[in-house]
Amino acid sequence: MSHLEVLKTYKMFIGGQFPRTESGRFYKVHNSNGELLANACLGSRKDVRNAVQTARGAFGGWSKRNAYNRGQILYRIAEMMESRRAEFMKELTQIGFSDKEAEADINASIDRLIYYAGWTDKYQQVFGSVNPVASAHFNFSILEPTGVVGLIAPEESPLLGLTSMIASVLAGGNTCVVLASEKYPLPSIVFAEVLNTSDVPGGVVNIITGKRQELVEHLAGHMDVNALCYTDKLPTDMVTQIDELAAENIKRILKKPVNDWNAEDAESPYYITQFQETKTTWHPVGF
Amino acid sequence: MNEVTKETYKPTSPNSKLDFASVWEYAPAPESASHAEVKNKYELFIGGKFVKPSSGNYFESTNPANGEVITEFAEASKSDVNKAVKAARKAFEGEWSSISAKERGKYLYRIARMIQERAREFAVLESMDGGKPIRESRDVDIPLVAAHFFYYAGWADKLEYAFPGQKPEAVGVCGQIIPWNFPLLMLAWKIAPALACGNTVVLKPAETTSLTALKFAELVQEAGLPDGVVNIVTGAGETGAEIVNHKDIDKIAFTGSTGVGKLIQRSLAGTDKKFTLELGGKGAMIVFEDAPIDQAVEGIINAIFFNQGHVCCAGSRLLVQEGVADTVMQKLKDRMESLIVGDPLDKNTDVGAINSQGQFETINKYLKIALDEGADVYQSTCNIPENGYFVRPTLLSNVSQSNRVVQEEIFGPVLTIQTFRTADEAIQKANNTPFGLAGGVWTDKGSKIFKVGSGLRSGVVWANTYNKFDPTSPFGGYKESGVGREGGLHGLGAYLKF
Repeated sequence: MSHLEVLKTYKMFIGGQFPRTESGRFYKVHNSNGELLANACLGSRKDVRNAVQTARGAFGGWSKRNAYNRGQILYRIAEMMESRRAEFMKELTQIGFSDKEAEADINASIDRLIYYAGWTDKYQQVFGSVNPVASAHFNFSILEPTGVVGLIAPEESPLLGLTSMIASVLAGGNTCVVLASEKYPLPSIVFAEVLNTSDVPGGVVNIITGKRQELVEHLAGHMDVNALCYTDKLPTDMVTQIDELAAENIKRILKKPVNDWNAEDAESPYYITQFQETKTTWHPVGF
Repeated sequence: MNEVTKETYKPTSPNSKLDFASVWEYAPAPESASHAEVKNKYELFIGGKFVKPSSGNYFESTNPANGEVITEFAEASKSDVNKAVKAARKAFEGEWSSISAKERGKYLYRIARMIQERAREFAVLESMDGGKPIRESRDVDIPLVAAHFFYYAGWADKLEYAFPGQKPEAVGVCGQIIPWNFPLLMLAWKIAPALACGNTVVLKPAETTSLTALKFAELVQEAGLPDGVVNIVTGAGETGAEIVNHKDIDKIAFTGSTGVGKLIQRSLAGTDKKFTLELGGKGAMIVFEDAPIDQAVEGIINAIFFNQGHVCCAGSRLLVQEGVADTVMQKLKDRMESLIVGDPLDKNTDVGAINSQGQFETINKYLKIALDEGADVYQSTCNIPENGYFVRPTLLSNVSQSNRVVQEEIFGPVLTIQTFRTADEAIQKANNTPFGLAGGVWTDKGSKIFKVGSGLRSGVVWANTYNKFDPTSPFGGYKESGVGREGGLHGLGAYLKF
């Protein structure tokens, strides 16, 4: 019996839903042979703003989830990814990964989620402190998430790089707005489907597809974004633009070149602590 | 309640206000300044030597309590800053890096001890140059300066224990720009961790309060620190900009206003310089109905009138629960009446001089804005000296969250008061400014402290206390109050690369 394949519509991921871009624009995404794979959403300034708004709304609830719960949810994402292995294989191989490379990338992505799942209830013990002040006070420092983090996902590592960035930000209780790889946006949308079935509350991760050149300034200049992270080597003028816009509300910026997301130092608790604020509490000791 | 007269007044009576002034008067108790030696003129401290500025220009420094000129400081221009950076680079690549971490630490211990030896001199000079009460410079600023050096001295040879799994290295040459509210203490916050981590520094003190930094330079010479490890260049904003924009500086550390902090972050755009910013604040003090009210009132006084309110983490907004608002307000006014505003060198003085004419004008500008915005302005009735810059302790009530006096940092002895009903409302109001440096919670209920404390988006939470500092305690802001931490183990990260 003949069956016409039902093609998938790849939309963006905002607030736990899959809307099209409000701008109605699209751009063509091709496979490694130059054949059309999909019409992806060409996200706009308004999409970025909607995403930031929903990320801010989700921050209160997500940041207050206890560490054990965040760990289980990250673990759950790994479980869901495992069960969608075939779909990720298809996504990666059609954009040029060999079967072996794709499998390794998926394995590493799943393991990375498990890695950060394990950190959620441990980094506080490693990086927090009780401070021996010289007065009659009990004084301790804990880490709290910075807030809404803007992620400029790596262009050439559309699954492992993306997963690594998002996992470390989620582990620390932050919410995020992600600009997906411009050239390879489709794996990020399949990843969004995984997130959406993994008990990650809506709005905690928001993924925008489109042109980096167009969207970066709206993310970097948004006054309700607290931090930015990018690991690609961006053009000098874009770096300057990001830094200047970030200064408007003292955004924290992590620019850390990562060439190989499989490398040992591509996973580290310091990716979590980069987007943590240290809060120090004093209380008198006495009767 | 019977009227309290001088005859019936009993200081221990619970319903009577503190009225010491009508019972007895304070005799003047000035700290002698004769022991503190001040030169007529101070040069730049570069490469271990005092050198004249290339421009030949000097600017005067005045005592804000009486307007008298104390001394003159050299104005460092681009070529002077360049010279200082070269000296710092040479020391970093040479002698300083060849000294073992243990020996490096011992230099810092030595500095800590020498500060303790000369504590009184530093305290007197700090009060003369900056206007802060001698009691505060003597009991808070200078002891903390020594404690900072002593604390970070011990880190020098233990850095690998601070950051698990990392191999920390010194950053290099650090450019440091500090404010006028805690001149020598901010110098210590900057220099102690930088040196402990093996860096060299070029530091610019604020133009109105450079005296103790240059006295510190003399102490550095006496301590035998290798030439060029510490360089001190004096001047105003242009000198600071030369430091920020210098190509051979690896890290910028700045403490000051949020406005200047943003300018600095912008200036650093596109560079790989590390930076930490410790900026403004608008700290909220949340007083619940179940708080120990008398202690809370003392805490509020300390939160806003400490150092004339020239404190980035000052508790400049009081949020008081409705049921106790009238009581707190009355007790606060009564307590404010007992504050002595005057000669910074007098040991009885509670509130000293406003640091400079510029800041005096800023505070008065905000008092006018308060009136324009419809606030009720209450000031204590104390006498203030005729000369010099003084502002009476001030309360602004009938203000709303959107008022400029509630949103913006005034940096003076001016407290706004708002009320709230529920804890959630208090937290919401406390967080509703662009700042996030400090906050206070007053309640006798432990669980409430943790709940409210975790709701505050600020780097420091003082619970049933306020304005406490310690070298082991990390300090710094959320949001637009800055980036990075100073103090404690966390303060080391700013001066290391991994």
